[in-house]
Amino acid sequence: MQPLLKVEGLKKSFGGVAALRDGQFELEAGSVHALCGGNGAGKSTFLSILMGIHKRDGGTILHRGNPVEFGSPAEALRSGIAIIEQELSPVPHMTVAENIYLGREPSARFGGIDFKTMNRNAQALLDRLEFSISATQYMMNLSVAQMQLVEIAKALSHEADVIFMDEPTSAIGEKEAQHLFSAIERLKAEGKGIVYVSHRLSEIFQIADSYTVFRDGGFVGAGKLADIDRPGLIRMIVGRELGEEYIKTNTPTDISGLEVSGLSAPGKIEDISFTARKGEIFGIYGLMGSGRTEIFNCLFGMDNPSAGDIRIEGKSVTIRQPSDAMAEGIAFVTEDRKVTGLNLSDSVRNNICLASLPEMSPAFVMRRSQEQAASADMIDRFAIKAARDTMPVSGLSGGNQQKVVLGKWFLRQPRVLLLDEPTRGVDVGAKREIYRIICDFAAAGGTVVMISSEIDEILGMSDRILVMRAGRSAGIRNRQETDAQTLVHLST
Amino acid sequence: MSSIENKSAGNWLNSDRRRLIVQEYGIFLAFLLLVAILSVSNEFFLTPGNISNVLLQTSINGILAIGMTFVILTRGIDLSVGSVVALAGMVSASFVTSSATAGIAGAPYPMVLALAAGILVGVACGAVVGLIVSRFSVPAFVATLGMLSAARGATLIYGGGRPVPGLSAEFRWIGTGNILGIPMPVILLALVFGISWWVLTRTRFGRYIYAVGGNPHAAKTSGLNVSRIRFMVYVISGALSGLAGMILSARTGSALPQAGIAYELDAIAAVVIGGTSLSGGVGRVTGTLIGALIIGVMNNGLDLMGIQSYYQQVLKGALIVGAVMLDQKRNQGL
Repeated sequence: MQPLLKVEGLKKSFGGVAALRDGQFELEAGSVHALCGGNGAGKSTFLSILMGIHKRDGGTILHRGNPVEFGSPAEALRSGIAIIEQELSPVPHMTVAENIYLGREPSARFGGIDFKTMNRNAQALLDRLEFSISATQYMMNLSVAQMQLVEIAKALSHEADVIFMDEPTSAIGEKEAQHLFSAIERLKAEGKGIVYVSHRLSEIFQIADSYTVFRDGGFVGAGKLADIDRPGLIRMIVGRELGEEYIKTNTPTDISGLEVSGLSAPGKIEDISFTARKGEIFGIYGLMGSGRTEIFNCLFGMDNPSAGDIRIEGKSVTIRQPSDAMAEGIAFVTEDRKVTGLNLSDSVRNNICLASLPEMSPAFVMRRSQEQAASADMIDRFAIKAARDTMPVSGLSGGNQQKVVLGKWFLRQPRVLLLDEPTRGVDVGAKREIYRIICDFAAAGGTVVMISSEIDEILGMSDRILVMRAGRSAGIRNRQETDAQTLVHLST
Repeated sequence: MSSIENKSAGNWLNSDRRRLIVQEYGIFLAFLLLVAILSVSNEFFLTPGNISNVLLQTSINGILAIGMTFVILTRGIDLSVGSVVALAGMVSASFVTSSATAGIAGAPYPMVLALAAGILVGVACGAVVGLIVSRFSVPAFVATLGMLSAARGATLIYGGGRPVPGLSAEFRWIGTGNILGIPMPVILLALVFGISWWVLTRTRFGRYIYAVGGNPHAAKTSGLNVSRIRFMVYVISGALSGLAGMILSARTGSALPQAGIAYELDAIAAVVIGGTSLSGGVGRVTGTLIGALIIGVMNNGLDLMGIQSYYQQVLKGALIVGAVMLDQKRNQGL
């Protein structure tokens, strides 16, 4: 059978630096194909060439056997190749139908829009896909997961037969992800080809039929997922033996590090109590919107709890604003490094020093040598790959950016580390380094509280796990006594 | 990752470095080019008298633009500077006028009192705006648009709509005097520039300003008091507007109620030409100074060539838009 999409020898350089040396790819109709690779492996470049955003330097792309070349995303879409991007860009104040048919609205008399036909068509499409979304709803009232489904419907309304999904589960919860997967199954049954890009290996094994691995801009290998196991795939992605994925080196002590009792914030969280001990990695698992992040916001003074008591190493503390929390030795690695973690317009060095400015300027004037030394120290300690520490932090890969955020907080020598999705959007190699950093911190007597949506990660890293459901605690489990099913069950 | 390492090695004219050079010195090169063209095309341009004249004409806009830089770096804008110039000029003038009807009771007072009054007026206006922006989350555009109107009204109320003439010689010295042949306004501009440069590049507060403008959320999670920093930049802009207002009154010898109209536009123009991003977090006060000088030199050069001031406005408009277009281009990479 002729493949739906066949790519050979795709090349692309930016300013003399090869981002993609040899892109190879083959997609069968009616299958889900996982595109795997670390950050900087060339996946994004590959996608942007297929989408018509960048022009290729060499190579061929065959769509249903015909060579194609796209000058813009619109051209790619017209020929049947669609992408569901990682960061969706819907028009919030328009309805679902208006978003689906944006720029292609059926016209009525006098050049107006035939809303009736448009809504009917959109609803028919959504129903066919079994998405329980109303076509006349406003986009802004949908959840991120629903917006993704609308994007899928939009792609199908263009008669797309190749659909790329770039990290579609990075912003949605476990339950919604399962909905998405059943939608993908339906697309597969309709004979579409789906290219699934994700760092989450468990999803890949659940949903995909075959895989292609890129590394350092080149093709490494491809095959059926049935013929490879998880360690084998990891080995291909990172290019070396990594051994055990989660290596725990910490042992919890009996000393209380962070004690939270009866913490409540109206409409967000209710009566949350737990004690994380020194040397412990305490996990918090829950769906998006279950109140996970809200706990951290209260602990860090971003939000003011209405009730509750916080004790750090036995001492009761009052936290009204982030600087109070920082004075008590709390550090908070936020969920979205681009929105709340980094100043992207500034340098690596200034970002590392951002949370320590008063300490580095006792007499108002910045001590530049101290800044330089601190930044060099963190870059060295966390093996941050940056040409110079004065380069913009936006030029680093996701994993290295995350290490800059960690560096910013470790510079303060915290006692309690709050981590909200510390490895989101980070490749397998960098993930491991981040796990090592977290374990080392706990092993040295630090207290770690970590939120994660990735069930493998939370089970692999935590000593105990608190499960959140609808703003309340659904129980605390020891890692030895629990499993993925139990956590998912508790959280829903 | 490997791409980053390759870039740093050898080849000093790689795109990364080239961009840096254009970013750092592009505006300065443009300024030198302008000066070169004008000195070749007009023999009077490079005479000491004319240079002093250009600097003198640039000083008020330069001081306002430096204050504006602080505000714009935090993603704000200050439309009220022109009105604050008038109000501060008028209030300070009322302390040092010899006119029996225009001054406050007991005038003329010593210059120091007038200076304190003028700066205080600016600080007060800035504090009101700063409070509205930082505590009540009113967009800076709206808050300062309100102050633009209110401060102009206050000026008219304070002076009864009339100018304040007959300012004391002592006070006029800050506008017309000189030290070692350098006009006082130029010296004040240099001082303001030097201190601002030091604050923005060398101190904790400067870092805070860039952090708040670059990403207010990240600044907040890093423990910075974002509202206080926002408040402070409007106070700084207000204080500098107060200073500029007094220089203006001192130069003209009387305070006019319609002084400083549309000054905010030239100040914003200088900041923008100087390469500071209106979306905050990126820019330098050196660029602003050169931006102000470019406007000053251009006006002066066109005057020398005998081109009507009407045309000067058209050219200035083109310059502002052109500078930002270049800025966009260089941000996309050269």
